[in-house]
Amino acid sequence: MKFLLIMNVNPAVLDALTEEERNEIGEGHGAFIDTIKKSGEMITTQALADPSQTAVVRVRGGQPVVTDGPFVEAKEYLGGFYLIDCESKERAIELAALIPDAKIEGLGVEVRPVMFSDGTLEA
Amino acid sequence: MRTDHATEDLLRELAPQVLGVLVRRHGQFEECEDAVQEAVLAAAVHWPDEGVPASPRGWLITAASRRLIDQIRSDNARRAREATTADQSPELRGDHADDVPATDDTLVLLFLCCHPALTPASQTALTLRAVGGLTTAEIARAFLVPEATMAGRISRAKQSIKAAGSQFTMPAPDELPERLSVVLHALYLIFNEGYIASSGSDLQRADVAREAIRLTRMVRRQLPDDGEVAGLLALMLLTDSRRAARATPGGDLIPLAEQDRTRWDRELIAEGTALISAALASSQLGPYQLQAAIAATHAEAGAAEDTDWRQVHLLYKILERIAPNPVVTLNRAVALAEISGPRAGLELLDTLDGDARMGGHHRLHAVRAHLLEAAGDRPAARENYKLAARGTASLAEQRYLESRAARLGTAEPP
Repeated sequence: MKFLLIMNVNPAVLDALTEEERNEIGEGHGAFIDTIKKSGEMITTQALADPSQTAVVRVRGGQPVVTDGPFVEAKEYLGGFYLIDCESKERAIELAALIPDAKIEGLGVEVRPVMFSDGTLEA
Repeated sequence: MRTDHATEDLLRELAPQVLGVLVRRHGQFEECEDAVQEAVLAAAVHWPDEGVPASPRGWLITAASRRLIDQIRSDNARRAREATTADQSPELRGDHADDVPATDDTLVLLFLCCHPALTPASQTALTLRAVGGLTTAEIARAFLVPEATMAGRISRAKQSIKAAGSQFTMPAPDELPERLSVVLHALYLIFNEGYIASSGSDLQRADVAREAIRLTRMVRRQLPDDGEVAGLLALMLLTDSRRAARATPGGDLIPLAEQDRTRWDRELIAEGTALISAALASSQLGPYQLQAAIAATHAEAGAAEDTDWRQVHLLYKILERIAPNPVVTLNRAVALAEISGPRAGLELLDTLDGDARMGGHHRLHAVRAHLLEAAGDRPAARENYKLAARGTASLAEQRYLESRAARLGTAEPP
């Protein structure tokens, strides 16, 4: 079963982290990637640039209208994700708990089943 | 690289035999398995151009043995110790490679790949590679994951087998029934993985269902008297007979009652029915036999309304007794509704609401919706179809459930 482990980030929470905590997160992700690659559960992972770098495109009257900044004003934004293929929802939750973000107060990791896939998976 | 079907079939048949020979000689399942995979890939490239060698099995044993020795030699850490052993082994030098008894270790391999220490997902992947002779890339495509993911999974599986200290022998007689049930479950999962796929872009996966059937036939050749092996094979054949009728060309699911039964494969039905009839008459009853008997009962009905629902209900009732499972009860509710009316089916469904294994499962909502629709309660049926549509992780099923909900309309009937 495929799951998307969604890391929603809150820029205010991230800004308040100490250097040491930041390093721990970086190393934690490295270790997590290593774990799920070895177990054959990793499909791909992507980390996204800061929400301020985003643009929203709307087509109105056949014309694209582009606005800078995120889609909605919110506290949390999509920061990145892991796409995994594992045995069960229980295993997906177990893996999500290994992601360093899950341990940070104010953050969490969302686990959502995948319903349809297409395109090449070789990243 | 595209190998013709005859070569492909031959390679898949020979791959586990060659692996068996290598493991018997050298142990080291993990290394031997890699070597055989490389030899099979080499054969797939060379044979179509150069012709199939006079002794294809010997060719593969020689090629795999050479690769094994290369692998051992390139492994610097163990070089001194193992290259010496290898040099002393005539088989590893490629001499007299075909001079081996034609024993078939395929079943032993299957038990090894379906080791209870592995997760079902690892068992199925390793079985397809080591016993089925499929490449990692083919297995990855079938399971819709990148090749690197599948390679990691297979490699981890082989390490786990090694760590579990398993031997290349048949399980002891007292362990055999339990180990066999793990093997059959893995084959069943492989079949389902391929069968669930329905739309055009998923044709690759239909091959996996066929591969599961081929492997189960192979197990049956080795264990012809086992009722559950026969039952599983019959179940696969009878289920597969409906392949052409079970979805529209666009990939939309067609429920059993609405399928065009002229498109069911008569040959598969005849074979599956004969198999299950013989097994039921001569073997100890088991869950696969009962499921096959249910599939055979559906298969013998020329039209949905001719279905012998009393027999289906009885078979589910026995299945519920010997292998209790909420999904079985769910299916029995459908049969009960056919013989005693939708309200009786709905009452049986209510007993599942408290079951933690079933609570909130989309199939419970889907069946309830279906029975409510039959009972004439359109608003409640619609609500349950929508609940079920939200709960499923299959796009085809979601489309089907949403269309059922939409068919019931939003307004009250006039």
